[in-house]
Amino acid sequence: MIGLFALLLGFPLIASQFQLDLANQVFLAVIGSLALMLLTGYAGQISLGHGGLLAAGAYTVAILSKDFGASFWVTIPASALSGALLGVIFGFPSLRLRGVYLAVSTLALHFIVIYLGTEYETHGSYDSGVIITPPVLLGYSLESPRAWYFMMLLFAVLAWLVAANLLRSKTGRAWRAIRANETVAEALGIGVSRYKLLAFVVTSSMTAVAGALFGYYRGFVSGEAFSIFIAIQYAAMIIIGGMGSLIGAVLGAVFVTAFPYFIEYLLFMLPGADQAANALFAVNYAAFGVVMIVFLIFEPGGFVGLWRRIANRWVTSAPNVVAVART
Amino acid sequence: MLQLLVNVIVLGAIYALIASGYVLIYRVSRVLNLAHGELMMLGAYLLLQTATSLAFGATGAVAFAALMSLLVGALVYVFLMRWMTGQAVLAAVLTTISFGIFLRGLSVLTWGSQHHYPGKLLSVPNVSFPIGASAFISGVSLAILAVTIVSYAALFGLLRFGRWGVRMRACGQNPLLAAQSGINLHTIYALAWAISTFTGALAGILVSLETGVSGSLALIGLKAFPAALVGGLDSLVGAMLGSLIVAAAEVAAIQYVSPLLADVIPFVILIVMLAFRPWGFFGTREELDRV
Repeated sequence: MIGLFALLLGFPLIASQFQLDLANQVFLAVIGSLALMLLTGYAGQISLGHGGLLAAGAYTVAILSKDFGASFWVTIPASALSGALLGVIFGFPSLRLRGVYLAVSTLALHFIVIYLGTEYETHGSYDSGVIITPPVLLGYSLESPRAWYFMMLLFAVLAWLVAANLLRSKTGRAWRAIRANETVAEALGIGVSRYKLLAFVVTSSMTAVAGALFGYYRGFVSGEAFSIFIAIQYAAMIIIGGMGSLIGAVLGAVFVTAFPYFIEYLLFMLPGADQAANALFAVNYAAFGVVMIVFLIFEPGGFVGLWRRIANRWVTSAPNVVAVART
Repeated sequence: MLQLLVNVIVLGAIYALIASGYVLIYRVSRVLNLAHGELMMLGAYLLLQTATSLAFGATGAVAFAALMSLLVGALVYVFLMRWMTGQAVLAAVLTTISFGIFLRGLSVLTWGSQHHYPGKLLSVPNVSFPIGASAFISGVSLAILAVTIVSYAALFGLLRFGRWGVRMRACGQNPLLAAQSGINLHTIYALAWAISTFTGALAGILVSLETGVSGSLALIGLKAFPAALVGGLDSLVGAMLGSLIVAAAEVAAIQYVSPLLADVIPFVILIVMLAFRPWGFFGTREELDRV
């Protein structure tokens, strides 16, 4: 544990700009995927609206810092608040709908949020997106990936702590009960509606904060950055990592974030790669689809499930990763 | 005004043709196919490929591409969705989404990201017919109307009177009992996927004759999904009504409010419907508890 922290803190000393940028993207993804894991992996509620929530956070930053000149200390809590508000809206259908219908309602809300964002862009005559100036903290302007690294790390660790502690509390137990069986949970005296809404609120505000950080980090907010593909990527993270495990959420975030770079690397090892460079995003899409399908069909438990199977077969004394993550 | 009405009916026919695919698969196998838009786009690309590499003439090329799509649909079930039978709802939906993403990547790799016009390649005449004093309808739009009407008539006939249609309904109602009475579930599901891809591809093919084909064609397919849900995910009659509602709202929004609304209005309708009557106008109510 201490070794891990030492590694995470020492990493900026040895890493290149590119590696730091990748690490920052991973941290952002970790916040979002931990949030989605709480909602889907523990409370059992499906959401395909993650892109919209990220966008909401980013737009909150854009609007507050552009139109009101608000500082980092105002915009981040404000984005958490707007995320929480959206969480109530996103969660409201969950009181009545389940499964596919719920997924579809969050998908629809995603489109509506993105529309409102682009509407703001056109009305504010930010034609192709809103430019955000780097935040100034204690007289120090956060610009380089190295400076951001520590900020992102801090937020990712905070997200982990929030998630782990919530799961250890009454709330986490209520969520698991709802996921296992709603009727039984209700009969046990758990306020199912309340805890479902709470799950959406917590998830949404965490995600919106990630979106706000993303907006600052990129320095640019545009509706096009939050396509439905983003929501699918987050769903992929929790599936590929392993449902119902926080470690799984982190592993999935690392995998999905690093995946396009890995594909790029592979592609350029092939002969005649120069032509393929134009088609890089297409190769990415196709490969991502295949990997998702392979996981869904052959290893629905994700990395954590894979590890558990290997551990059960070869090393009977290996610690159960899922059990560790759930404590 | 008359022109607006014509636009609503044509757009409604496009949505209805696509929506029938969502309904058929959902009704038979309780799977929501979110790759339907991409499969529809694939149909248009198949037409493009046929037009460039085979000398079939316009009618032949359209027929060939549509028949290929029938095959594609069956193959998608046999090689992909068969694995998802009996799996969790989320897993099945995500599989179709992943497959859609795969198709998007594949189509850009194969046909590039630029806009293609298979209609020009096949030299489909761009004629328009006057309706009344001030309205026009294009030849392709008339074809879309005709194909939609014929498709729906055929689907109704199949499901009500056809031997295979009755089997399909049986599988949708109770897969276990259907299998027990000797119906091969996999064959039925594959058939449903084939027909659904066929009608979806027909829509894609016909739309591409007029407006061309690129990645954005898949979005039309996704917008037809609210139409299917508003009518009721397991009802063909509902799909027609839902398509007209969504089309009317979309045309009205473009005309009177803002063209930017076009891509979002179907989803607004979807949300409103989910809030008040999630099972749609003609859907079965108990469906909701089963999913």
